[in-house]
Amino acid sequence: MSARDRILGRISRALQHSQPAAIEAHLAAHPRGPLPPRPHDLIARFKERALLLSSDILHADSLAQVPAVLAAYLRERGLPAQGVCWPAFARLEWSSAGLQIQARPAHGQDLVGITGAFCAIAETGTLMTLSGAETQASASLLPETHFAIVQTARIVATMEDSWDLLRKEQQRLPRAINFISGPSRTADIEQTVTLGAHGPYRVVVVLLSS
Amino acid sequence: MQVASIHFKRNATAKLNDENLQQALARLQTRFVGGRAAVIGEIAELEETRTAAAAIRDRVLQNLDQWLSHFEQQATARGATVHWAESGADVNRIVAEIAVRHDVRKAAKSKSMVSEECGLNEALEAQGIEVIETDLGEYILQLAHEAPSHIVAPVVHKNREEISDLFAEKHRLPRKTGISELCREAREILRPQFLAADMGISGANFLIAETGSALIVTNEGNGRLVTTLPRVHVAITGIEKVVPTLEDVSTLLRLLPRSATGQSITNYVSILTGNKGAADHDGPEHFHIILVDNGRSSLLGGEMQPMLRCIRCGACMNHCPVYQNIGGHAYGWVYPGPMGSILTPTFVGLENAPDLPNASTLCGACAAVCPVKIPLPDLLRQLREKQMALGMKPWPERAALKLWSWLALHPAAYALTTKIAVRALFLAGGTEGLLHRLPGASGWTDGRDFPAPQGKTFRERYNRAFRENRHGEKRA
Ligand code: SF4
Repeated sequence: MSARDRILGRISRALQHSQPAAIEAHLAAHPRGPLPPRPHDLIARFKERALLLSSDILHADSLAQVPAVLAAYLRERGLPAQGVCWPAFARLEWSSAGLQIQARPAHGQDLVGITGAFCAIAETGTLMTLSGAETQASASLLPETHFAIVQTARIVATMEDSWDLLRKEQQRLPRAINFISGPSRTADIEQTVTLGAHGPYRVVVVLLSS
Repeated sequence: MQVASIHFKRNATAKLNDENLQQALARLQTRFVGGRAAVIGEIAELEETRTAAAAIRDRVLQNLDQWLSHFEQQATARGATVHWAESGADVNRIVAEIAVRHDVRKAAKSKSMVSEECGLNEALEAQGIEVIETDLGEYILQLAHEAPSHIVAPVVHKNREEISDLFAEKHRLPRKTGISELCREAREILRPQFLAADMGISGANFLIAETGSALIVTNEGNGRLVTTLPRVHVAITGIEKVVPTLEDVSTLLRLLPRSATGQSITNYVSILTGNKGAADHDGPEHFHIILVDNGRSSLLGGEMQPMLRCIRCGACMNHCPVYQNIGGHAYGWVYPGPMGSILTPTFVGLENAPDLPNASTLCGACAAVCPVKIPLPDLLRQLREKQMALGMKPWPERAALKLWSWLALHPAAYALTTKIAVRALFLAGGTEGLLHRLPGASGWTDGRDFPAPQGKTFRERYNRAFRENRHGEKRA
């Protein structure tokens, strides 16, 4: 008998019943739990919560404006102008804004990473990214500054709403779903919160009005 | 990890006299108790949400075998390999086999309390595999060769000075004292390790049956790194960690970070499903999930079953007056505080941790904050009853309880005994009204004075007041 059979055997003996039907019904219905009240203004709520997480917020009216907006942010803080982006943003006019951005996965030494997001969650000010060939997870993880370009129409109220969107638009779960809520941080030394642990020191959400 | 819970009393006394530890615990209390209080009210329907969370966990436990099978089926369909481990030794063997199969020399590890149960690091190192802890707290402990003292803030017992000294000695770099400088130094030392690791080892906060995924929350981003960069990812977690659906996990995530660290959400919530696809640039080629029993199934179907709802937030220890005074190490195993006082005796045997069920004032703070409504004081009381029934208590305690129960059943004898006792104690208290020593209770009076009774029992005083009152009424 395998360890699997022994463990499952012990469990079913202890529980003394077995109802496959009960689990199927719950999986099919996947009911929601108690939800927070829906905010009137999703964008305002998202911004408020994102700022509380120490994210920064920038605005752009169109994708074409994004390079200039990012360049200004980096220049003001004396941050490097080189980095990587997702392939979807390869054609933006980075160099005319004074930036050197390559469309490739991030390496350990890259300092700026530019990504999109699958959607954003107003309740907590969170970004949701899905990994994939064109949406590499490394770009939001390895660099010290992470820019995420988010269409305001893609802001949903809760994590539950993001599942509805995911079920509607994707056949199946990607290898990795990452919910990102501000710069990486640690409070391990004397319970003092310090931004920039192993991931980015800065998370900048670029809201694109659509 | 070796179980040292048998030395609880001795260790607790030492911890009470440790000045640095006392400061650290005061800090923990301010940050975590205050932090939780500040954000828990953000949940509009808190009680409903806690009830729903408890129901989600109960739903899983009621059909745990079915949920585990469904999880295994879904995970396997996506290319993950699911392993089953009955004991800590099984876990160590399985991880070592995976390492050999994939030619692993170096493993980067994010925090996993289950791996602490097994002593995984030592086992892998014995096989010649280098293991690097990457959670800042766990990394500090690995450098210092110490065990965690809290399930969420593992290095809470060390202060900044001690960490500065440790880094200067081990990293051979100029000594830094600022917290953010220390964090950057660790980041820069650890970054090449992530990039060079062949295998990432993590725990899993939840397993999602619907999708066959492992869910990991981290603030530092190390959980993302160890599950994104290395060729192989091994996730190790308890069999009770299954949750049915994505919606269910969303409910639990409203409570977990708020209860744990006072955050509305943890920085990174990662849901990992299967191996890297053919066109993907990142992610592991091999994803192994180890489902660990190690004593858990023995809680099912019995009175301790509610303990398996636990989502390891640590709120019960943060709010526990005993933990707040002695810290985590005194408990002698992986899990401290009220949850540990139940898990340790049930996992490793009541005879190996006889003091833990008694290391509680039963004040109820733990149950009041537990996000999944585990009746911790009730479970502790049941363990005490079991100790009594098994004759595990020392004879003076058993005799004292027998005597007390006889007196409680004989009111006249009770009245007489207490009448004599309070008078004797009143005299012994002298002009100070304090007792420095009590026969048979030196454990108590060694640390504090006992206020002497005032010479009359409550019943005597009550009777007198009652009589006077009636007298007054008659006259009026
Ligand atoms: S017993 Fe409750 S409060 Fe304690 S760690 Fe578990 S879930 Fe949190």
